[in-house]
Parts: sequence; C-alpha cells; structure tokens
Amino acid sequence: MSYPSGMRTSVEKVEQTRKARLNNEFPRLSVDDKAALLRNHHPDFREGDKLNLRCGVNKGERVPKVLAELIESPSRLNLASLDLTKPDYKTDVLVIGGGGGGVTAALTAHEHGAKVILATKLRLGDSNTIMAEGGIAAATLAEDSPAIHYIDTMAGGRFKNIPDVVEALVNDAPFIVDWLTKLGVVFDRKADANYFTHMPAGHSRKRSHSIKDLTGLEIMRVLCDEVRNKGIEVLEFSPAVELILDADGRCAGAVLEDLDTGRNIIVEAGAVVMATGGIGRLHPNGFPTSNHYGATADGIVMASRANAKLLYMEYIQYHPTGVAWPEQMLGLLLSEALRAQGAYVVNCDGEQFVNRLETRDALAAAILRECGPRGKGVETPTGMVGAWLDTPMIDLIGGEGTFLRRFAGIDHRFKKYGINPAKEPLLVYPTQHYQNGGVAINVHGETNIPYLYMAGEVAGGVHGHNRLGANSLVDIFVFGRRSGRHSAENYRKKPAEKLSLDHVSAHQEELKSLGISSGITSPMILPDYRFEKALTSTQYVNEIVEAE
Amino acid sequence: MKNKNVTMIPIYVMGKKFEVPEDLTILKALEFSGFKITRGCGCRGGVCGACATVYRKKGDYRIMTGLACQTVIEPEISLVQLPFISARKAQYAVRDIDTESLDLVKTYPELMRCMGCNTCTKSCPVNISVMDYISAAIRGNLEEVVELSIECVMCGLCAARCPAEITPYNVALFVRRLYGTHKLKKSPMLEQRLRDIENGTYKAEITQLKATDVKKLQETFNELQANKGASV
Repeated sequence: MSYPSGMRTSVEKVEQTRKARLNNEFPRLSVDDKAALLRNHHPDFREGDKLNLRCGVNKGERVPKVLAELIESPSRLNLASLDLTKPDYKTDVLVIGGGGGGVTAALTAHEHGAKVILATKLRLGDSNTIMAEGGIAAATLAEDSPAIHYIDTMAGGRFKNIPDVVEALVNDAPFIVDWLTKLGVVFDRKADANYFTHMPAGHSRKRSHSIKDLTGLEIMRVLCDEVRNKGIEVLEFSPAVELILDADGRCAGAVLEDLDTGRNIIVEAGAVVMATGGIGRLHPNGFPTSNHYGATADGIVMASRANAKLLYMEYIQYHPTGVAWPEQMLGLLLSEALRAQGAYVVNCDGEQFVNRLETRDALAAAILRECGPRGKGVETPTGMVGAWLDTPMIDLIGGEGTFLRRFAGIDHRFKKYGINPAKEPLLVYPTQHYQNGGVAINVHGETNIPYLYMAGEVAGGVHGHNRLGANSLVDIFVFGRRSGRHSAENYRKKPAEKLSLDHVSAHQEELKSLGISSGITSPMILPDYRFEKALTSTQYVNEIVEAE
Repeated sequence: MKNKNVTMIPIYVMGKKFEVPEDLTILKALEFSGFKITRGCGCRGGVCGACATVYRKKGDYRIMTGLACQTVIEPEISLVQLPFISARKAQYAVRDIDTESLDLVKTYPELMRCMGCNTCTKSCPVNISVMDYISAAIRGNLEEVVELSIECVMCGLCAARCPAEITPYNVALFVRRLYGTHKLKKSPMLEQRLRDIENGTYKAEITQLKATDVKKLQETFNELQANKGASV
C-alpha cells in the first residue's frame, strides 16, 4: 500500500530537508508563548465542548459534554428487580477493573491477606495498560532523584497536582521497578545491569524504563499470569454498573452485569478498589482515541452517583502523535520514545514548526494549528490531515538498525501496510489519550467515600492538568499497590447492616425534578460502532479540521 | 468520509452476506455489518490479542489466521470471530524455581509432542518464530525463548492450531518470567536508590519543594530543562 502519490510529493520534501534539520533544532517555547499556544489551539480551552454538571455532589463541576450526558442519565439497572439481601458473592476487597491498576491492587490486597475478587469488563488484562509502548517513569539513575521527578511532574501538571500524592508517586516509583523486575518483567538493560532509560518530553532526566516498545504488554502479561498463579477469583466480562452503599453512605460493594447472559451479579465487599480507567471511547471533543474498547468512563459515572468528588475532569490529554495514515490505524498511538530518540515533527514542506520535546499539550496544539489555520498539514486520500513524524532520523542519529531494535512493534504494524518507518516518515494527528482528572484521592488511594478507593486513570490529582509521558504506567502501580494494601488492612470487618442503592434512586429523582431527560441510560459499558458508526473516527477529524 | 467514493464489496460473516466499504479491517467490517462485538475485541490496536480471527479468502482452500483489528478485508472473504481459546497454564511461584535444575519438559510435558510441523509459526499474527522458540525451550535455552517470543500478544492462535496441543504462549511467558527473575542481574543504581529512599535521603528536599511557590518551582524546572543532556 505505502504512501499514495499525493502524499509522496510531501514525503520527498521531508527527505530533502532531513540532513539540514539534524543540527538545527527548532527552539523551545517560552512560558508565555506556550500559554498562548494552548489558549488558542488546545481543545481544553475551546468553548462549547464542556458543560457544568447540573446535579449531584459534583454540581457545577466543568466536564466534557459527552461525560455530562452520561452522568446526567438514569442507571442501566432496573432497581425494582434487584434483591440486595442475597448477594451472589461476599469478599473482603472487590477490585473493579482488569488493567494494570486493578491487577496490582488485587495482587497487593491478596498479599496482605485479604480475600479478593477482581471483576472486569472484558478479559483480564484488557486495558490501556497493555497498549503502553513507551515506558514507566522512575528516578533510578544516579544523576536523577525523586525530588527532580517531583519538580518535573508538577511542572507538567501546570502545578495543579496534589503535592502529597505526587510525593508518594515519585518515592514509590523506584520500588515499583524493583517489584516488577522481581516478578520477572524483562526490562531493557545496559551492559552494566543498570536499566536502559530514556527521557520523554517534559522530564529532565532519563527515567523512562521500557521493554522495547512493548512495555505495557510485557508488564500486563506478567501481572495477569501472577493473578492466575495466586488463584485470585476473576470475573471476566462482568463490568460493574453501580456501586452499593450502606445506610451511612459508605461503600459496601457493587452490582455487576454479566455481558454474556445479561444477569446482574451482586457483590458485597468490605472495600472496593476502582481501577476502571478513562474516557477515550466517549470521543471527547470529537477526537479519535488511542484508548482500548472499554474506556467509557464507567467508573466516573458510578462514583459520581455514589457521591465521590471529582477533580479536574475538564482536562483531557490529546497525545500529539496519533496515527493519521494508514486509515486502518487511525487514532492509535505512536510512542513518545520515537521523539525522545530523534524523530522531529515537520509539516507538509518538511519544515519544523515546534520542538519535538515540548510537552504533549503544547505539541498537540501546535499540530492542530499547523494542520488547521496555517494549512500546512498533509492531506490523505480519505480526507484526514496530519503532520510528519520523521522517524528515519532515529537511524540517522542512533545508527543503522536503531529503529528496529527499539521499535519492533511499531515497525511490524506499519510494515503490514507497506510503510517502513525506519526509512519513511509517519503521518500523525493528535488523538485523545488520557483523562488527566478523575475521582479525588489521598496518598492511600482513598476517596471521600469510606471503603471506596481509586487507582490509576480513574483517579484525579496525581497529574494536575496535564500528565507527563511515562507517569501513567508508574501511577497505576504505585496507587494499585497503595490502595491494595490500605484496603486489605482497613476493609469493613463488621458486615454492613443494609446494602443500598438509594443513592441511585435519589439521583434519578433529582434528574426528574430538574427535568433532565437524556433518553439513554448509563454507564455506557461499550461504545456502539455498528453500521455507519464503524467509520466514525475519520468523520470526527473532518469536523475538527473544518471547525479550526 | 469526504473526498471519497466508497467502493462496497461483499463479505460473508458466518456464511451470511454483507456489503461493506472495501478498505475496512475485519473488525470494522463486522461492526459496519451491524455486529456489536463483546468477546473478540480489546485494544483495537494490535497488541492485546483479543480479536484472534480465522478467515478464508475466495477460492482458497486454506484457513488463514490473524488479528481482526489489523487485517484488511477483501472481496468475498469469509469471517468469524473466535470468542475464547481454552489453554492449560502451569501454576508456579516464580521466585521459588531453581533455574539451574529446571527441566521445562517436566512443567510442560506436551512440549515433547512437538512434531516440527511449523503450523504455530504460520498461524502467528505477529510473525513470531513460534516453533523455533518451542525447540529452544526443549533445549533449555531460556535466553533464546525470551528473544524470539518477546512480541507475543497471547492471542492463542498458535495453541488453537497446534496438532500436538501445546500452548506455546504460556510456555514462553513462563520462560520469560524465569529469565527476568533469575537470570538478569540486579541494577546497582536501583539498589542504591532504594536504600537512599528508605533512609529518608530525599525527604527534606521534597518537603521543601512542596512548600515552594509556583514561580520558584517553575524557575527550578526551567533550569533543569536547560541543562538536561541528550534524551537517550
């Protein structure tokens, strides 16, 4: 397939300018220029895509429109048909979510002696974690320190991060690398046995640890295997649809939905750890997404209904380098490590317009500006646009074979479509990647609702308004471990006197009294891509480009 | 999809005919046909192995295998999704295994049934030399198994097609974990860092940073960024 003739002309321009660019890197943005770029071109600052919630404990909170619609909808459950007096399962700790955060919380709670059930929407391991290419951040090099990691994380988050939680993150990070290594994760190493690390945008030291470009896949394979070895009970294809509270509003379990049979499953639990991930499959602001099939913000919807406080939900991260061509890979992520290793970002004429190591928010805004108002994007036959990520520079800088050695997975996926990324640039366009905010937590992963914990992307505060690359993989394990341990040590020992879904009825009453009627129920569980909607991602982008 | 004249082609899903745009992946073709996928779809990006699929092309006698999210359809292709592949997995405590005296064949006796037919390799959607790592496993060459199997997405197609009923991907995972736990040396820098954190080396500095105002913190960050070295 390779590049069609219309795009070839631009590829040639990129080739012609490559050598000249090598020692002539585009300057970094000043603080003021960056702020102006974000204000004018980052989707977070666009009017009309956010709403203030009209109901519940988070009333007034600004959230993406697509999320507001789900929060302000009635439950999927038929409340009248549920008998909470006869739970199907009783457990000390219920973990909801089978990605890196959930699996880690389950293993850790089990390690600390709790009886654990893990319920998940798809298969064990199906998550964004498994797709993480780049790496996991931890200050393990001698020239690095948790203090420097702290500064970088705060600056990346526009200083809105919760300081105590960031301290926990950076201090635990090296222990996470150690924990994973002992479980058998084969991290990339140097000849002296120290870790091979690289420096993603926004970090000041080389601290991202990887396993080629398959970091999340390797970690997830190992952790899922360990869950099976420990004999932890796993309920697959059984997503949670509502949290259960006791008479005092403390968490006491969850109602699941068996996706194979449609049956509801009632789980009574001494504590619940939610690790349900993010929002990508709602396509906030109409963007394509790098997220997996199940990323529909269910946890946010359920927790909000159970009166948990949300934080920074309006801040969505658009990864600057989502795939724009070939069509079949649209929206999928290209690792930050490509830029760290030397791939510059250039326009249709092969000119640089932004430094490759700007933070994700700034780089995404710069690409939107280049492809939109400046008209310097590259158009594809399907009507997509994008900028070039000049991947051949990686071999030019690192020597022949570097690309293949470091990016086996990316190489393999593009070659299927006749593109050789070691020799040809890749077309990119920003893709929805991460939910920066979430349910507010403290250093143990506790929320404002007793016995309810959050770990990973569903939680908010760790990353402030904008997450740095490689800080998500470390976040899920740090707060998976912390919430797993704290829940195992502090779960409710005396059974709840009454299991209740009164908060759900109250929510529905409130909607009625406010005259809000969305016509749908929530949480969503899975997006609907049937019929014409199978082609949605391209349509979305056409609309964004036209709006710009 | 503006600027585009969509050409529709016929496909067969479990024998039933549908018309879909020609350049879709199997996954999107199923969705365009109206199927809502629950089992058989995960990351939609070729790494999770959930969408293992078998298909047959028009006029071809062979059953082909692939990942539905990565494989592009062609006219009159015949499709079905595999909802689940059952496989045996050994139970073990990775740290307690002595790799020196380890005999992989004791853990996975069916390894010896391998007849070298190479069906596993041919069925792998990410082009892994599955048979080669199985023979490396039989020879006890752990490092070779790690190298050859590192890209495995655990989709199960090799196990589904293996006439000797071996579960190659679970053997490979077992070996990679043993190798990572026992054969890779400890990182001296990490060991030192863990001791320093436990001894509270950074506590005072971070406590001070937590109390530092944003402007000062931004300046410190700018200095760090200005003086950082190469990214790799």
